[in-house]
Amino acid sequence: MNPATFTYQRAMSVDEAIDLVAQGGEDAKYLAGGHSLLPLMKLRLAVPETVVDIGRLRELSFISDGGDHIAIGALTTHSELSRSSLLAEQLPLLARAAGQVGDPQVRHCGTIGGSLAHADPAADLPAVVLALDATLVARGPSGSREILASEFFSGLFETALQPGELLTEIRIAKPAAAGWAFQKFTKRAIDWAIVGVVVQGGNVALVNMGSTPLRAAGVEAALAGGASPSAAAAHAAEGTSPADDLNATRAYREHLARVLVGRALEEAAARG
Amino acid sequence: MKVTVTVNGSQVAAEVPDRTLLVHFLREQANLTAANVGCDTSSCGACTVLLDGRSVKSCTLLAAQADGREVVTLEGLASEDSELHPVQQAFRAEHGLQCGFCTPGMVMAAVSLLEENPDPSEAEVRTALEGNICRCTGYHNIVRAVLAAASERRPS
Amino acid sequence: MSILGTRVMRTEDPRLLTAGGTYVDDLRVPELTGAARVTFVRSPLAHAVITGIDAEAARQAPGVVAVLTVADMDDLPPPPPAPAGEPPPGSEAAPLPLGGPWAEPLLAVDRVRFVGEPVAIVITDDSYLGEDAAELVSVDYEPLPAVPDLDTALAGESLLFPPAGSNVPLTIGAPADPSAFDSCEVVVERTIVNQRLAPVPMEGRAVAATWADGKLTVWVSTQNAQITRFILMGALGLEMDAIRVVAPDVGGAFGAKIGADRDALIVAWAAKHTGRPLRWTETRSENLVGMTHGRAQRQHIRIGGTRDGRILAYRNEVIQDTGAFPRMSGFLPMLTGLMAAGPYDIGRVETAYRVAVTNTTPISAYRGAGRPEATAAIERAVDLFAAEIGKDPADVRRINLVPPDKFPYSSGGGAVYDTGNYAAALDKVLEAAGYAELRAEQARRRERGDVLQLGIGLASYVEITAADAAGGETARLMVHGDGTATVYTGSSAHGQGHHTAWAMLVQDQLGIPLEQVTVIHGDTDLIPFGTGTYASRSLQLGGSAVRIAANDVKEQARKVAADLLEASEADLELDTERGRWQVRGDPASSRTWAEVAEHAGEAGLAADANFTEGQPTFPFGTHLAVAEVDTETGKVRMIRHVTVDDAGPVVSPLLAEGQRHGGIAQGVAQALLEEMVYDSDGNPVTATLMDYAIITAAELPSFELLSMETPTTANPLGVKGIGEAGTIGATPSAQNAIIDAVSHLGIRHIDMPATPVRVWAAITAAASTAGTNTGEGQ
Repeated sequence: MNPATFTYQRAMSVDEAIDLVAQGGEDAKYLAGGHSLLPLMKLRLAVPETVVDIGRLRELSFISDGGDHIAIGALTTHSELSRSSLLAEQLPLLARAAGQVGDPQVRHCGTIGGSLAHADPAADLPAVVLALDATLVARGPSGSREILASEFFSGLFETALQPGELLTEIRIAKPAAAGWAFQKFTKRAIDWAIVGVVVQGGNVALVNMGSTPLRAAGVEAALAGGASPSAAAAHAAEGTSPADDLNATRAYREHLARVLVGRALEEAAARG
Repeated sequence: MKVTVTVNGSQVAAEVPDRTLLVHFLREQANLTAANVGCDTSSCGACTVLLDGRSVKSCTLLAAQADGREVVTLEGLASEDSELHPVQQAFRAEHGLQCGFCTPGMVMAAVSLLEENPDPSEAEVRTALEGNICRCTGYHNIVRAVLAAASERRPS
Repeated sequence: MSILGTRVMRTEDPRLLTAGGTYVDDLRVPELTGAARVTFVRSPLAHAVITGIDAEAARQAPGVVAVLTVADMDDLPPPPPAPAGEPPPGSEAAPLPLGGPWAEPLLAVDRVRFVGEPVAIVITDDSYLGEDAAELVSVDYEPLPAVPDLDTALAGESLLFPPAGSNVPLTIGAPADPSAFDSCEVVVERTIVNQRLAPVPMEGRAVAATWADGKLTVWVSTQNAQITRFILMGALGLEMDAIRVVAPDVGGAFGAKIGADRDALIVAWAAKHTGRPLRWTETRSENLVGMTHGRAQRQHIRIGGTRDGRILAYRNEVIQDTGAFPRMSGFLPMLTGLMAAGPYDIGRVETAYRVAVTNTTPISAYRGAGRPEATAAIERAVDLFAAEIGKDPADVRRINLVPPDKFPYSSGGGAVYDTGNYAAALDKVLEAAGYAELRAEQARRRERGDVLQLGIGLASYVEITAADAAGGETARLMVHGDGTATVYTGSSAHGQGHHTAWAMLVQDQLGIPLEQVTVIHGDTDLIPFGTGTYASRSLQLGGSAVRIAANDVKEQARKVAADLLEASEADLELDTERGRWQVRGDPASSRTWAEVAEHAGEAGLAADANFTEGQPTFPFGTHLAVAEVDTETGKVRMIRHVTVDDAGPVVSPLLAEGQRHGGIAQGVAQALLEEMVYDSDGNPVTATLMDYAIITAAELPSFELLSMETPTTANPLGVKGIGEAGTIGATPSAQNAIIDAVSHLGIRHIDMPATPVRVWAAITAAASTAGTNTGEGQ
């Protein structure tokens, strides 16, 4: 289908964007790369009255070295992330994960801010920022604030963002531990993860094992206690609530989580 | 709203409803029907064009998002004097098309791929085309075509 | 040297690669100026009574020209009366809708029987507005108990057609003869599934129509313009001359665009009814529920033989899910039965089938149409038999393949195979694949207990092409005064490259360069009679018609050239290298085709041919697939695919390979990924391309195609059809490979598609019942 009727507005500054959404009523939406929002609008599952295009806000597209952290503008595309030499050096996990989002066309448009704000539990980047203990910067009508990744994802397609708030930046402390891994298990290469595992040092996060990305607390505790990768991996499904769907049963997802965490930990150990 | 897009080097301006998708702007306003609509979930890639030089699915963009920007479609790929682009040549030489419906999108995706990765392996080509579905060719000759075009573009 | 058999680039491509094709939605012809758009209102329920339709709000919506329901269809001819008495035997197997109590309306009348069934149409100035207005059409439904699957259909508690008294319109074939397997030392039996698939051509269904000056012109994405015209005549009560059907470029079809379906007829009717030119292009979501599906057979197979590997008896009993309306009667399972024995010499073969209706999308032809089902069943049966007796599946096949000296061969399923060399195809594939080394690598991985296990799967197949050989195909060939030629063909390419192949045939016979041969198809004003393209019939029938017309033109030209050269016909020769007529041995005397055609005067040089074959033809081959299974996750990776697909002499290697490649991809996709799934309420669960897993380049290897050419005597070209062969061989070889990869764990069968969760479930189940799986009756 095609989208229902709406009013298109284009913002030329962050402040203007926030004003336009504030005026656009409860249903106003920010349009970044549009590759989460537009598919929903085409299915008419999202019918905002106003769409505020923030795609021209070049000031929100950057990847910079902040000394002890990397700062990434919310409008940086997955393609830019995957091809960044700075990230390849400092945050290869993020570069790798971004390079596997969707397909090349999707990556040319989709943005990290858009992906995080959309908060699909089957998406990869939410789990990545969770594993990296990122800080997300949001700006809204009442100003700017910082939200820890661990507090950002609150439910199925739900985040801590207040109405009218816009993600502007993602800050990721340069990891102390070098070992990392990204295991994305799919049916076809193009598909969303049936289950995904993200490892950075002793941090382990899971994709599609619940209504939000989850830290595999049981695994992390085991690792901290000196367990081997395979012993730690046995805890992978603890605290998770994976769904039954077309591609997997709950039991299968729990099994995959254990297998993939084990493989990811081996892979990370080989790197670190 | 009024949308003006530079398509294949020429400005196309039209007053269109805000919700108009870029693919429909190209097919109706610019009257360029090569880009096809093959699905409604951004899955098939038949609508792929270049936006500011990079492959995008024109069904998943509003025309408004392309306002003031540059789009290249299959029709704009051959040179001024109608010499085929190496990718077009290679698709013909390798029989990389049958019914032709996925072809405009497939060719543009391949062009973009080779811009970003001029010397891809077979596996890289296959992965890079994961967003472009073909039901006729089984991809075998499409992959050969892309690899042939890559080697054609490389200085010998 | 003949151009046939050489790698000629397609003449279709320059246009397709620069401007793109012109599919129905691309048409910008004057007749369609100002055309309005049609949007369908479709049933959201699988089974319900329609108690009311309120279109008032929709009619008031912006841009709405009309909203039409069955109540508006008062200008259609009455349906033909049901024929008196019993239908003639065999008629149940005709590829025609089963009428009578099972008749299918155009717009739904008082009942809906599948999600997606058309209930009303909204006509608007543009398609965006059409979708808005369609949401405003309010249809009241009283749900009925859904019949979502075969078991529910057979239980018969909820009937789709109450006057019919059951959900089973057809039961064909004798009950099993218990003594058939008496002489078998080993018998293996199993119920397997050949799952429901969606054809998903990249271009969905599309129609444009206009009624002007007493003539209906319909542009439709179809495989058969002439058949479509017949259908329109009957549906709309119009004479042949009052209808023109045009097939423009068609973006794939795979059997699901044969003729025109009810949605297309509704659009054509609406154009006549409103007097306004109309266009309809379905969305992909509509296509996944509105275009016919394929396959959907449950098969009970029984195979028996000696411990040494000789197969003595085979039974395949099919239950065909036909969806909500039996559009093809028993045609598909009839073909399954006809080809049930495959390429094997089996003494006792029994087939039977039942057709059942369910509240799902109707089933029709899909690449292979009944034969992939036959091959998948016998190839699974052979592997099950081989596993039971502990023999290599290649050896078991070789023992049982029809030997080359037994042709024409009357197979156990009833088909008479024309020519074949089955064991040679098998051995060629085994050698090229390095079978012994593959088995050795498999053994090494099993020994080590690797996570990644290797499977090798075989399928030896024979298939029937031009099953409607008697239907024939037409060609008209004209050579013009400028020396160029035009072919009007009844065939109807939708990607197959007929224009190139037919031009090659003309160049081969007449020496007119292929660039100077124009091929036209798909317009009933220009080609009133023809059959079109399906059943892999076009080269053998349409191509032969071109060959015959070319020979006819050559003989006409000989007479004209004799007159022009003032020589006797016997002294003339046509130099097909240069395309010139000359006195034998005297090149200086030569004349061009232009000169000869000019000299022919008013009469010109033109010939018509209508070629029918006395019988269908039977291409054959062997596929070998190599699969790697991750035994911890169940994920399958297809690593290699090696084939022989022998369809006789190859006119165009490029085109033949392309058909094989495309067929293999669709065949592997069935084994690995695709399935149309319905929930227990009859709602389609895989109704978008996010959920219906079409195979992409990333899931396939490059293919290894080997050559073998065993001609037939059935047509002047000696050719058989190649279009569906790749699909038929690929599915069972891939499925067998996947099962083979985990057979050492005690697994004998995994139903398609072999998705990761399904493979993992089989591995897990085998682990928990280790040692007790005998392969019998599971």
